[in-house]
Amino acid sequence: MEIHYLTAHQLKDRLEKRQISCTEIVKSIYLRIEEVEDRLNSYIRLEKESALSRAGQIDKLISAGSDIEDFMGIPVAIKDNICTKNITTTCASRILENYIPIYNATVIDRLESRNYILAGKANMDEFAMGSSNENSYFGTVKNPWDTDRVPGGSSGGPAACVAAGEAACSLGSDTGGSIRQPASLCGVVGFKPTYGMVSRYGLVAFASSLDQIGPITRDVEDCAAMLNIICGHDRKDSTSINVEVPDYKSFLKADIKDMRIGVPKELMVEGIDREVKEAVYRIIKLAEDIGGIVEEISLPSLEYALSVYYIIAPSEASSNLSRFDGVRYGYRNVEAESLREMYRRSRVEGFGDEVKRRIIIGTYCLSAGYYDEYYEKAQRVRTLIIGDFKKAFEKFDVLISPTSPTTAFKIGEKIEDPLTMYLSDICTIPVNLAGLPAISIPAGLSGSKLPIGLQIIGNVLREDNVLKVAYSLEKVIGFTGRPGL
Amino acid sequence: MKNEYEPVIGLETHVELYTNTKMFCGCRLSFGEEKNIYTCPVCLGHPGSLPVINKKAIEYAAKIALALNCKIRKYTIFHRKNYFYPDMPKNYQISQYDLPLGVGGYLDIDIGSYIRRVGITRVHMEEDTGKLLHKGITGRISESEASIVDFNRAGTPLIEVVTEPDIRSPEEAKEYMIVLRNLILFLDVSDCSMEEGSLRCDANVSVRKTGEDKIGTKTEIKNLNSFKFLQKGLEYEVKRQIKVLEAGGGIIQQTRHYDSKTGTTKVLRSKEEAHDYRYFPEPDLVPIYIEDKMIEDIRKTIPELPSAKAKRFEKQYGLPKYDSSFLANNKSLADYFEQCCRHYNNAKNIAKWIMGDFSALLNKEKMTIKDSRVTPENLCKMLEIIDKGKINYKIAKSVFEEMFSTGKNPQKIIEDRGLEQISDEGLLEAVIEEVIKDNPGPVKQFKEGKDKAIGFLIGRVMAKTKGKANPGMVNEIIIKKLS
Repeated sequence: MEIHYLTAHQLKDRLEKRQISCTEIVKSIYLRIEEVEDRLNSYIRLEKESALSRAGQIDKLISAGSDIEDFMGIPVAIKDNICTKNITTTCASRILENYIPIYNATVIDRLESRNYILAGKANMDEFAMGSSNENSYFGTVKNPWDTDRVPGGSSGGPAACVAAGEAACSLGSDTGGSIRQPASLCGVVGFKPTYGMVSRYGLVAFASSLDQIGPITRDVEDCAAMLNIICGHDRKDSTSINVEVPDYKSFLKADIKDMRIGVPKELMVEGIDREVKEAVYRIIKLAEDIGGIVEEISLPSLEYALSVYYIIAPSEASSNLSRFDGVRYGYRNVEAESLREMYRRSRVEGFGDEVKRRIIIGTYCLSAGYYDEYYEKAQRVRTLIIGDFKKAFEKFDVLISPTSPTTAFKIGEKIEDPLTMYLSDICTIPVNLAGLPAISIPAGLSGSKLPIGLQIIGNVLREDNVLKVAYSLEKVIGFTGRPGL
Repeated sequence: MKNEYEPVIGLETHVELYTNTKMFCGCRLSFGEEKNIYTCPVCLGHPGSLPVINKKAIEYAAKIALALNCKIRKYTIFHRKNYFYPDMPKNYQISQYDLPLGVGGYLDIDIGSYIRRVGITRVHMEEDTGKLLHKGITGRISESEASIVDFNRAGTPLIEVVTEPDIRSPEEAKEYMIVLRNLILFLDVSDCSMEEGSLRCDANVSVRKTGEDKIGTKTEIKNLNSFKFLQKGLEYEVKRQIKVLEAGGGIIQQTRHYDSKTGTTKVLRSKEEAHDYRYFPEPDLVPIYIEDKMIEDIRKTIPELPSAKAKRFEKQYGLPKYDSSFLANNKSLADYFEQCCRHYNNAKNIAKWIMGDFSALLNKEKMTIKDSRVTPENLCKMLEIIDKGKINYKIAKSVFEEMFSTGKNPQKIIEDRGLEQISDEGLLEAVIEEVIKDNPGPVKQFKEGKDKAIGFLIGRVMAKTKGKANPGMVNEIIIKKLS
């Protein structure tokens, strides 16, 4: 197989056996980028020079006899809402077009300590708001499986570049499905950890109570290895959970005998494509074949998840994004003649439509007189959703569902109709509201050769169950498809 | 002020806490150094940065709340207060809303003829903003050519103390602030400087006919940044409101700005223009659970407070009420006084010096007793020397001035300058003989019954002895010689 399609653990293996050098890995990734990036637009910024020089240094370390750790010398793409010191972090927004962070996100510090290589900053929906990556100031990302189609969003760049061999793996962020949905649409693995397992320090906030960083990889094994690096308590993030971090790789066992798997019927209803449903049923059969116990279950409150999400997320966003005002950093309208005009014009010109739409919704929901009716009520329903999941996990080890109700849709198909677009995340959003860990793994291809994703949801801090089931199903599904790019 | 009207005043006071680090990051607090040096991604509000609560700030805030007789909530959370202003790095302030740290306290204010109990509605925690400097003639943001922001102050821990509308006069308001400031100084959690802005106060004020229960429409007065301005601003506003009502008008709910130059208040914004702060729970922070043990531990760190101290001074040292509260209200004066009491047993004498000449010099030099070079030991030595009759009060005053400026031992000053009082009868008699001989006029007057003339003669003796003569003895000897 081409070097650019090898997983991180396969590359590690070859590095250990001295069959390849880091420099060769980086060069082959960049050859691939030069080959396909024009058609994909996965990246906002490439770091070729520094990646090559870093690779040279790591090669020296290796030849000096250094141990080779996971992701050492592996090119990783980082979603452009994760702060990288001295390297622009734009959130795919005009307002941060030239913003250079003065510090590293905690996840970046952790990766740097493992000698990873930054391949580049990946494209995304502006401020992680969107499900198609059409909301980027730097242009739409194309799906490697069909460049007329969207890669999903908001981590469209991180998913597309991994699917196309432009990076071995990537880090995305997931607020309502932003890792899992694009992973699903691009035929790769995407994991959203339990809320609080990965430090949010340095992740430019969209909705603080929902955001979580996670890996996008080509297989479950790389995913577990990446969790080992990025998970763990961080004093700089007050919402970070202080628990011992297990070795996630130890859960990579192809054995789900007697594991109880629930299928929430609310996530298998109308609006889910026939082909997607069929793929899920096919996998249910496979799961049963290898000893899993599968049953349907109802979580009635999930009906309200989308409404709750589109109150809470924009409310938090309206406040989180108020710091982008042209005063200290970022885009500023210099013609304005008063403070208020500078605020207004900088924000009007700096933000895209979807971001403005959500700021307006959120501002409205938090306003005096509406707070109780919207934000407060949404929080109460959120508690009900958490309760429903809690009950479900008394009975089941994991829940499974489609990741996305459809396969990749055409560019432009839904962009004029926000409500239809919002439905793209109907299966993933409840997971964020409840702070649960969930993965999307490739479940096969549709008739038109587009990837379908399966979502596996675990209870809080039960990444172990999610990984076990994902690893086991990955083996029996045997997905080996590659985009014909 | 017309008698039939009664002001109803409530105060909101902000106090900067002097913790080592800021409220939500590890930056040091600044004391007027170079601009923008104590900053980091968190207090600059850079994208992706997150706040972490400073535990010490919670302890300090709880200490204040407990000293104000508040109940401490066992479960308390932070909210975001959203509004745009260039001194706010995030365009929201992390503050507290419906679940503040302390609630339901009070503070007793001794007005002299009565005690006013002022209810404390709440004590809550928040972060301070940066400081804006507007370049331009007016110093206002709307008319400035450019504005500069210094973020050194951004994120400094603040507490806000909100009173019930229990205050009934501008004078009471001023007294409340003085008592509150003394109390917090005693707790050693803030330097409480109104000049430096570490103690700031806004007032809500309305008036009503005496005897009415209903509270009238209020205005909020800002920029009351000294005790004097607080009283003056309120006096003006109360008068203004009465005038409006007397003229048959109504009070409009609005925020007004006190202008210390003109002594008047001007409209800043109306109720309609008031911000909708869109408070909601800060999702970047987790709730704070305060356990009983922590409350008890904090309570133990609260020292003796001014009112209790004043009572003790009256009892233990037999000081008059006025002297007791004067000393007890100022922690450094009180500490100094008690240190002196360990070296010297006439407490009244000590109090007299501290409150008199010592305080006068401190005020003149704009110093606090802590910065003074006069040690309690040296002050006591001086008092002993006076008691032994070695120097008189006039000389003592000059010795003390030198002690104040040099920190020298009084005995040494007296020796170096040869100031010891002359109490040698023979020596004094010789000088007095001379004075009597040289001043036949006054001597004659005295003998004719003009008692005042003796003053002149004593003055001559003093002049000849350079003020060192024992005045009591001189008086005695002159009378003896002339009668």
